[in-house]
Amino acid sequence: MRTPLSYEDLAGNFDWKIAERELGYQPGDPINIGWMCSDRLCQMGLANKLALVWEDYQAHEKRFSYDDIRIFSNTIAHFLSGLGIAPRQRVCLFLDRVPELYIGFLGILKTGAVAQPLFSAFGDESLRVRLADAGTSAIITQKKHLYKVRKIRQQLPDLEHVIVVDADAAALQQGEIAFAMEQAPRVEQFSVYPTTAESPSVLHYTSGTTGQPKGVQHVHYSIISQYLTAKWVLDLQPDDIYWCNADPGWVTGTSYGIIGPWANGTTQVVLDSGFNARKWYEFMAKRRVTVWYSAPTAIRLLMKEGAEIVRQHDLSSLRYLASVGEPLNPEAVLWSQEVFGKPFHDTFWQTETGCIVITNIPGMPVKPGSMGKPFPGITATVLDPKTYEPVNRTGVAGLIALRPGWPSQVRSYWNNEAGFQKKFKNGWYLCGDRASIDPDGYFWFMGRDDDVINTGGHLVGPFEIESALLGCPAVAESAAVAKPDPVNMEVVKAYVTLKKGFQPSDDLELEIMNTIRKRLSPLAMPQEIEFVDTLPKTRSGKIVRRVLRCIEFNEPVGDLSTIMED
Amino acid sequence: MDEIGKAVRDYVIREYVPEGDDREITETTPLISSGLVDSFSMVSLLRFLEKKYAIHIPDADATPEAFDTVERIVALVRRFQKVEVGSV
Repeated sequence: MRTPLSYEDLAGNFDWKIAERELGYQPGDPINIGWMCSDRLCQMGLANKLALVWEDYQAHEKRFSYDDIRIFSNTIAHFLSGLGIAPRQRVCLFLDRVPELYIGFLGILKTGAVAQPLFSAFGDESLRVRLADAGTSAIITQKKHLYKVRKIRQQLPDLEHVIVVDADAAALQQGEIAFAMEQAPRVEQFSVYPTTAESPSVLHYTSGTTGQPKGVQHVHYSIISQYLTAKWVLDLQPDDIYWCNADPGWVTGTSYGIIGPWANGTTQVVLDSGFNARKWYEFMAKRRVTVWYSAPTAIRLLMKEGAEIVRQHDLSSLRYLASVGEPLNPEAVLWSQEVFGKPFHDTFWQTETGCIVITNIPGMPVKPGSMGKPFPGITATVLDPKTYEPVNRTGVAGLIALRPGWPSQVRSYWNNEAGFQKKFKNGWYLCGDRASIDPDGYFWFMGRDDDVINTGGHLVGPFEIESALLGCPAVAESAAVAKPDPVNMEVVKAYVTLKKGFQPSDDLELEIMNTIRKRLSPLAMPQEIEFVDTLPKTRSGKIVRRVLRCIEFNEPVGDLSTIMED
Repeated sequence: MDEIGKAVRDYVIREYVPEGDDREITETTPLISSGLVDSFSMVSLLRFLEKKYAIHIPDADATPEAFDTVERIVALVRRFQKVEVGSV
């Protein structure tokens, strides 16, 4: 068995040039993630190696070698170029976890255009906001999601092309195009656009406390970080079968569900299905998964189903487990040690970091409940929230901050430079989370530093929910806050005042919940609505979510001197 | 399909099946594992059941497995209807 290098070995004399060398990149050369994750692997002799094994909930299966990935991404790139898609234009992927999502991502990048993946469970309003902000030129979707696009298309003047991967042309309306990746003429050779290190690559949307979601702009050079962290943190080896649970509508699903594993030439497996413990275990046993990158919410759901179901499956292939999305509670680490014989390794990062930044790596003792230590090459600390200077004392809470300059760091917020600049203080990038550091240099998560709700590992912004709530005929005012939850860490709770003529009722609560779920997403749906007469406000009339959040978390409310007394 | 099954099926079709999707929902159609209803959306289904049948389903019993088909949901409702009746 291979003995992993120690944290100290990896951190000593660290240089991101390690990844540049291994990927064959010289500064100043063109660098294109689409090419790096397909053609390059074929040139290295991996053309016939399996890149993707896909399965849906009915156990239909598709297999793609690295040469298939190369050819099909060429085919998609050729098709997009034929439509007139130009470098830097945004092309949205609005798909379930079908092969076209993973391969289309590379195809878009090969044209020099920017891939904009969006979670396919988003409702029409969430979709509209993100497409409008990005000025998206084309969207690639499935017929099951087409009704959402049709609802909003008239409001999106920049959206020229609606591409449907699984529909007959006869079923489409004017301006919609059918494109079946596997039936289209195969394109053996495509002239990949010579993007450079700082060329935009991926635009992911993430939520903040104020305003609508922000477009987090990444560049092609990000692959340097994603490649090396996938190799060192997820411990990807040539013979591994890797399963990442994340949906590529979110950053984990692109950084570690596409770029990281494929840059490493790894075989990955994808299950396009909803959650079902038995199905998940059957899938891992059948596919002989060796490395599993999951999330605390999923792990806690599995814990609810018990240990007996684990023992009914042969999971002996599992070699390495990691987790991301929210803090991994000690119970989950201990449970995985008990039932799988190995712990989950927590990893911390976010959309803006593009790669894992604080982590437990193989060979490093896991302290259950800790986020681990900064990845080599990442300078991390916690800052005093008033002075923005490093706390420099162990065990004292502060703001998690990173020294800018790693390859996959966000380059800007789309159309929002002012918002982007607010993320930096005293030369540090602020993650928006609080933590403390112990004497061994391990970070311990304490909570968010803002009103953003982390539900099941996804950040949900209160503003977007409140805006949608105000669209409900009965709602006069609202405040969306986090509420603790044993499975999802936090869920959305809405405090609502009603307009005259409306009365609180169970029916109204359910109606509002379903409205938000359909317009925004299931993640944004309040899991509880409390009807109140008034909301706490400042003297200037601004709703103070902090008070409501403290009530939910049973924490002291603190200074109320600026709150109105009604 | 009995009255409870029909009510659950109609609610699922009304609230979760996308517009223009004419798929058939039977007693055994997978809801959660097929991705039609995700674990977050399950909460609104839970609320619907609790409200309509005046029951309380504890979190420990409201699992994705228990909500995966109309058939299983009906069994869950019946189980807690008995509990409610039995507790009076």
